[in-house]
Amino acid sequence: MKLSRIFLASVLALTACGTADTPSTPAPGASGALTPIKLQLQWFYQAQFAGYIAAVDQGFYKEQGLDVELLEGGVDIVPQTVLATGKADYAVAWVPKALASREQGAGITDVGQIFARSGTYQVAWKDSGITKAADLAGKKVGNWGFGNEFELFAGMTKAGLDPSKDVTLVQQQFDMQALLKKEIDAAQAMSYNEYAQLLEAKNPATGQLYTADDFAIIDWKAEGSSMLQDAVWANTEKLSDPNYQAQTVKFLTATIKGWAYCRDNAEKCRDLVVAKGSKLGKSHQLWQMNEVNKLIWPAAGAGVGVIDEAAWKQTVDISLTTKNQTGDTVLKKAPEGPAYTNDYINQAIEQAKAAGVDVTGASFQAATVTLTEGGA
Amino acid sequence: MRRALSVIAGLIAAALLWEGYKAAGDPEGTVLFGVRVLPRADDLSMPHLWTILTRLADPEMTGGRPVWIVVLDACLFTLGITAAGFLAGTVIGLVLAAAMQRFRIVERGLLPYVILSQTVPLVALAPLIAGWGGTLMPPWATVAVIAAYLAFFPVAVGMLRGLQSPSAAGAELMRSYAAGWWRTLVKLRFPSALPYLFPALRLAGAAAVVGAVVGEISTGTRGGIGRLIIEYSREATSDPAKVYTAMLGAALLGLLIAGLVSLLELPLMRHRRHVEVVTL
Repeated sequence: MKLSRIFLASVLALTACGTADTPSTPAPGASGALTPIKLQLQWFYQAQFAGYIAAVDQGFYKEQGLDVELLEGGVDIVPQTVLATGKADYAVAWVPKALASREQGAGITDVGQIFARSGTYQVAWKDSGITKAADLAGKKVGNWGFGNEFELFAGMTKAGLDPSKDVTLVQQQFDMQALLKKEIDAAQAMSYNEYAQLLEAKNPATGQLYTADDFAIIDWKAEGSSMLQDAVWANTEKLSDPNYQAQTVKFLTATIKGWAYCRDNAEKCRDLVVAKGSKLGKSHQLWQMNEVNKLIWPAAGAGVGVIDEAAWKQTVDISLTTKNQTGDTVLKKAPEGPAYTNDYINQAIEQAKAAGVDVTGASFQAATVTLTEGGA
Repeated sequence: MRRALSVIAGLIAAALLWEGYKAAGDPEGTVLFGVRVLPRADDLSMPHLWTILTRLADPEMTGGRPVWIVVLDACLFTLGITAAGFLAGTVIGLVLAAAMQRFRIVERGLLPYVILSQTVPLVALAPLIAGWGGTLMPPWATVAVIAAYLAFFPVAVGMLRGLQSPSAAGAELMRSYAAGWWRTLVKLRFPSALPYLFPALRLAGAAAVVGAVVGEISTGTRGGIGRLIIEYSREATSDPAKVYTAMLGAALLGLLIAGLVSLLELPLMRHRRHVEVVTL
């Protein structure tokens, strides 16, 4: 019976295909009724997005009169494109990738730099002697490609290496098997995800899990080639609409509250993410929550989400100058128009502060998370 | 009986091949002139079959449901999507084939586009269709659209071939009876197209499974086996057997669909000849 219903629905849906495009700007925050908002995430639910999940779950968005729906990402879902085509109201995206889409014509603006720091590592075996970018000379270096590789390339270039000659570049899968099997000498990894996967794997030689002592990390923050990552992007054109402006401030205010909540309640936020149906285990999600908190807190300057001019400039400079293995740069020319603005996040910070939220997290102390096998 | 035995023999052969290669193959894989010609046989790349089977019985996560229930659930979800996509694709394919048979100009005008439609990469198509989810249709239906998009093609092409298969003498006979186009279609063309239709349906079934699995991966639609494969493959580093449990599920789903489609055939094809259909 259910199948026939599905069939009927799909036929109906098919006939509806040609008729309409997506509706345009949603109604602004009318009195009483909640404004429906869609936020496009980059990937499946995981602690990387815990702040937004918590803001939904704890009713922070509702307090602001917003009914926020989180849209999960997929392999071929590009958040900034979804935003630019009006299928979402806001999107979470890495700055360089979003800037590249902007150059292609996507009308989007960074309105809140939630992750102030980059979480990209290059991980090698400790006994390989690789500790800094210069040590990669002559090694097999894994990279993800698809625009995820530029911090690595900028780091190698900065260390005086020619990435096209001095190292052997290997296209890397989004798991760490290549490093474990020693097919490559150094692998790209996010501090909050792939690096944890290494520590969840069993060392066949000892029967124990690998430990941090088995690996050496090149952190691009230390090498000075890091780029800005997760930011909240808004639709540039709609930002001229006072209603959308007000809605953006409200959205950011609740988002700040969400992230502050996850800073102070990491385990509760881990549970929220797990309850969302993430297939990654509990200890993995707690690790991720902790690492993500490190990328946000303590927040410099006025508070969380403010775009730091120097970090922005470094991101743009690397995007303009660093060539990847095919000789491409992220950007061909400097971003034009309002690529970022602190107008809304500053207002949001004031409002959050007025509501008693600690927006800088100056006293934040990262926890120590113990991973279990498989992250379970 | 004999059939069941041959299925079991096939399974045993596959299992022996897997474990045999694991035993005999180089754990580091065989590399010739810098190119890997044979895969690695270590536990990280090819877990033992019993590891995979015990993984099926273990809980997915601490305190979670056993993996086999999760995989089965996902397979059922994807089965629904596949069925919806398969049916929609078949209907569209049949209508297109009839239209192309009826009007020469439609065949000339449309057939190149029907063929062209299959050269559009799913990577380009999926985000577009995914955007309909939530506004025009529920998210799962967008995946069914992708499945239908792949499934309609063999039906349209195979059925067109079938509808055109009656001899000129047959068509002339119908004309001498003053039978119109519809009557000729129902009495002559459709029955003689059946031997072409069923192989086309089998291809459509396989295409619908691929479309559903790839569509789920591409759009991130949750609930199905495609999404499960991509979620589990993220854990390939620490839990390689888990990835294979999801793949096992996808393989079973494919077999199930193939079986269901060939069941369709039984009542209609008992007394008919079988023909080989070249769809392109």
